[in-house]
Amino acid sequence: MFDSLSDRLSQTFATLRGKGRLSDKDIEQTCTEIREALLEADVALSVVNGVVEKVRERSVGVQVTPGLNPSQQIITIIYEELVAVLGGAARRITLAKRPPTVIMLAGLQGAGKTTLAGKLAMWLKREGHTPLLVACDLQRPNAVEQLSQVAKQVGVPIFSPEPGNGVGDPIKVARDGVELARTKLHDVVIVDTAGRLGVDAELMNQASKIRDAISPDEILFVVDAMIGQDALTTAEAFRDGVGFTGVVLTKLDGDARGGAALSLSSVIGKPIMFASSGEKLSDFDLFYPERMAQRILGMGDVASLAEQAKRAIGGDEIEAMEAKFASGQDFTLTDFLKQMQGLKQMGSMSKILGMLPGAAAMKKQIADIDESEIVRVEAIIQSMTPLERENPKILNGSRRARIAQGSGRKVSEVNSLMERFTGAQKMMRQMAKGGMPQLPPGMKMPMGMGGAMGQGMGPGMGQGMGQGMGALGGGFGAGKQTPQKKKSKSGNPAKRALEEGR
Amino acid sequence: MFNGSGRLFRRREKLEPSQKFGRRLRAIFTSGKLDQAEWDELEATLLGADVGTNATRSILADMRERMSRKDEPVEALRATLLAALACEQSRDIELRKSADGTPRVMLIVGVNGAGKTTSVGKLAHLAVEEGAQVVIAAADTFRAAATEQVETWAKRAGAQLISGEPGGDPAAIAFDAVKSAKESGADLVLVDTAGRLHTKVDLMNELGKVRRVVEKGAAVDEILLVLDATTGQNGLTQAKVFGDAVALTGVILTKLDGSARGGIIIAIQQELGIPVKFVGLGEGIDDLAPFDAELFVEGILS
Ligand SMILES: Nc1nc2c(ncn2[C@@H]2O[C@H](COP(=O)(O)OP(=O)(O)OP(=O)(O)O)[C@@H](O)[C@H]2O)c(=O)[nH]1
Ligand SMILES: [Mg+2]
Repeated sequence: MFDSLSDRLSQTFATLRGKGRLSDKDIEQTCTEIREALLEADVALSVVNGVVEKVRERSVGVQVTPGLNPSQQIITIIYEELVAVLGGAARRITLAKRPPTVIMLAGLQGAGKTTLAGKLAMWLKREGHTPLLVACDLQRPNAVEQLSQVAKQVGVPIFSPEPGNGVGDPIKVARDGVELARTKLHDVVIVDTAGRLGVDAELMNQASKIRDAISPDEILFVVDAMIGQDALTTAEAFRDGVGFTGVVLTKLDGDARGGAALSLSSVIGKPIMFASSGEKLSDFDLFYPERMAQRILGMGDVASLAEQAKRAIGGDEIEAMEAKFASGQDFTLTDFLKQMQGLKQMGSMSKILGMLPGAAAMKKQIADIDESEIVRVEAIIQSMTPLERENPKILNGSRRARIAQGSGRKVSEVNSLMERFTGAQKMMRQMAKGGMPQLPPGMKMPMGMGGAMGQGMGPGMGQGMGQGMGALGGGFGAGKQTPQKKKSKSGNPAKRALEEGR
Repeated sequence: MFNGSGRLFRRREKLEPSQKFGRRLRAIFTSGKLDQAEWDELEATLLGADVGTNATRSILADMRERMSRKDEPVEALRATLLAALACEQSRDIELRKSADGTPRVMLIVGVNGAGKTTSVGKLAHLAVEEGAQVVIAAADTFRAAATEQVETWAKRAGAQLISGEPGGDPAAIAFDAVKSAKESGADLVLVDTAGRLHTKVDLMNELGKVRRVVEKGAAVDEILLVLDATTGQNGLTQAKVFGDAVALTGVILTKLDGSARGGIIIAIQQELGIPVKFVGLGEGIDDLAPFDAELFVEGILS
């Protein structure tokens, strides 16, 4: 994995001391780092050069002041530039004045159109619409069958008069589909089309004929977040060949930085409207420029992490925990164990920590984290009686000895677990009182980062996230890795890393 | 052993009218030395082909080095790129059963939508054309209509299909396919697995399980990562993580008929030593060709 831009810049500025403006040499080096980082994120070369120039201009004014971290200042500048480009013209689906609203999907083969058609249908259905799916991918083997199954899962009707696999006229199907929606009073029609290459003139022409037959209100260009430098060429081919009104990014549940988003926003000038992030039909959301900017910069997608945490731990469980703390009950070992198990489900620890800002700073620790640690913790807690789990205070020496024996661990391990638990409990109490621990004043956090966290986490999410991370901070601080710094400002490693200005 | 000269010929036709190697560059590089603008242009070409910053840097350094030994620029570049793609392992694959009669087994893996199922269909067709008897395991039990899709390909190619229930155990289906192939004396088993992002730990573990279970029936000869040529720098991560989960023996680079160049495979070759074995050149059953480094390099620079 590549180091994030903030890690790169921290190194660049590590030797920087004293007062005054950044020297030309500093700025040059900074620009090189930014360029590399953006290229590694798959931002198109031409777009990279533009961003670097903007940052160069603004960096000239950056003062090197003791106490203020120049790399944070530069990152804030880049971050602002990226959000400005990405967020240019965000908007929702435009509904037709006279229904049905016609939405046509277009894109390369394998971009994820058919799955997206289902997700969009589900989304619209939840918003109270009555979508109809129209199966116009008559090319790819069994694409019609796939859309039918997706339609069934979502519980929306499908118009699929042709079997596909090379049989049938997609233009006619599209036209008839929209007509059917009109007579059956569906207020939205989603037209799935075959994947096609930008260089395939014949298929591009077919797409434009479909468009002319149904006069869509929206044409969504569906693009895989893993796409590289070809994003611009292909998007331009679709823009010129069919035209599109908005972009949907798919497969954001992977770890591609998604620099294509920046290229498309900056060159094509069409808004990115939706983000698709998983194989489940509900893995679909509006596009948030702030999250994307963080992702491209490798700052760690805190909001997505929060969502993963919520999903992994299980929404119900989080709500139950929240309700419990709200009613004034204390954080117990049972809760601690639940957190641990949730984390285990979230998959590999290093992956999770890798999503956090400043992860490079913690890389050593990440490498040292041992997932079997969770298994050990589980064993210890499971060797306690329910009474002990709910009232950890009663765990005296003899009880601890019994637990150690029962779980096959040493007493010292039980003791250290209890220390960690106490730390996590303290944090949970603090949060039960006032939500997330307040960030210390003066902490430089790029604007919008807070915004994205707010957006992504909503009122309940703050706690869900805190819980998950509480276990991490408390659970692993005194593990086998290097001892945790004594006075950590926050039990939440995400925040801690930010506080430390990495 | 599969010999693809006929296919290579077709591939050359497919790649027309892309220019013959170096014609464009020869026009740019007029003297034996390059000025800064020319170096920049070359760098931009490589980066624009998704070669990535690290590989681009090392390619340019290698090229300078060759030029300092008086190589002419276009020749130096050509030699550098071919050296970057050189691999010790053979790119050949076996399509006929081994001497002791056990079938060859290939697992086809990759992220969602990369072109796995299509490649399975094309490989099956190619093997049947070569006279092999082929069994396909429909081991994508997850995606809607995945079984139907691979069934269509099996019919087109003239291969036997072994499938299971939606949501069923992919490892069991793959194992059944191997068993059936052994019983019927088939030559080749192609396992079409479900698309999975390499970040999904559970799904990567599942892949490891498919492999282990299949190995109870017969040795796995090839584990091929299907990589979409449009993939950017994430392709390297994909190859790394899939490689950790199941030792990859090669890559199938698909969708090279589009405008993308697939330069990330240079980094995959250099850093991970995983060679490209096939390229996908379209949606037709015949649109698969053995990888040819010279043609590929031509594509990157055109
Ligand atoms: N132009 C072109 N299209 C291809 C090529 N290979 C596959 N495709 C198309 O890419 C799309 C996805 O191909 P699939 O074979 O279904 O991909 P997959 O990896 O099996 O997809 P999942 O099983 O859904 O993960 C289809 O529309 C294919 O026709 C290729 O070499 N060139
Ligand atoms: Mg498939």
